[in-house]
Amino acid sequence: MCGVCGCGEGHSHSHDHDHEHPHDHEHHDHDHHHDHDAEHAHAPGLSQKRMVQIEQDILAKNNRYAAENRSYFGERGMLVLNLVSSPGSGKTTLLTETIVRLKEDLDITVIEGDQQTTRDAERIRATGVPALQINTGKGCHLDAHRVGHALETLQPKNHSLLFIENVGNLVCPSAFDLGEAHKVVILSVTEGEDKPIKYPDMFHAADLMILNKTDLLPYLDFDTEQCIQYAKQVNPRIKILSLSAKTGEGMDSWLRWLKAELELQRIDYA
Amino acid sequence: MTNLFGTNLHLPEGYMAGIAMHEMSLCESILQVLEQQAEAQQYSRVKTVWLEIGALASVETEALRFSFDVVVQGSLAEHAQLEIIEVPGQAWCMPCGCNVVVQQLYDLCPHCGSHQLQVNSGDQMRIKELEVE
Repeated sequence: MCGVCGCGEGHSHSHDHDHEHPHDHEHHDHDHHHDHDAEHAHAPGLSQKRMVQIEQDILAKNNRYAAENRSYFGERGMLVLNLVSSPGSGKTTLLTETIVRLKEDLDITVIEGDQQTTRDAERIRATGVPALQINTGKGCHLDAHRVGHALETLQPKNHSLLFIENVGNLVCPSAFDLGEAHKVVILSVTEGEDKPIKYPDMFHAADLMILNKTDLLPYLDFDTEQCIQYAKQVNPRIKILSLSAKTGEGMDSWLRWLKAELELQRIDYA
Repeated sequence: MTNLFGTNLHLPEGYMAGIAMHEMSLCESILQVLEQQAEAQQYSRVKTVWLEIGALASVETEALRFSFDVVVQGSLAEHAQLEIIEVPGQAWCMPCGCNVVVQQLYDLCPHCGSHQLQVNSGDQMRIKELEVE
């Protein structure tokens, strides 16, 4: 049972675990509880069909947790970015290269989302900043509830920078708000310029697109102008940066963007 | 409720696992709402669920139907019927200054060809009403 969200009473954990037997057992107990409640309401004379108006957003629960996370971040003046991309776009390399350049000046923490393994969190920790790995198991995205629990463990500092590296997936994470200031979508030039229109939801949800691995452009038929045009077609407000995390080319603009965004979060509004 | 992602779950061939998992977790959220409402609204069975799904909501309705049947097994909504009300996508075209119908997020304005469109309807995923007993 969790003090913040009372999650011990719900089903929200059930899809997060690798269903070991002891866990299954525990959840069956919860299930009985629900069934019992349902039976309890089944009083004689009430078993007539009727209509009930619900009018509730399917993602309302996630959105409530996201709102809690957002106020947590706001109170602490933190900049929180949700990094999304397909697998292999170079998110983790971009992160480690970013951290190496900023860690002397800023407090940084990282939440790593992957279906399995703690490899990415280990790569981040090797740079010397705290990182927490969340394994989603068969789940395809991080949700705001799990991020909330990660914050309890990580205890990020005031005015710090938190990167949430989402599961490599250009589909599902677009629908799940984590409470971040911005979604940043990373697209590597090896993936093809048509990704923004093939996976429009993600590019629509992002505020910044990073075109990564530009050092490989001489070897590819990647049409940068066309890619930018597609991205703006899906999302006229999107900002785009081109860089190579490997060679460092273009990293300066990204670091300046990060510092400027963090500065905005530090402003105390009335 | 049984283990939703148990080893006995087999998705039909042709389903992209990632996308079906997305609809699966949406169905888990739906079931949570149905269970939460059961006490407050005094019902013990859900017979029909009406969902409002926008054309721009990135939901595959066939995958949603499949996932729903799996997720509600053994719950108060077992065998419940799923009715999906599809809502067309709509966006505000800035150059035209009016609402236009869009099928996809990358559509251009059908009148002026601009991509300066702001989606204002059709991205919703809502539980609208229930038939219960």
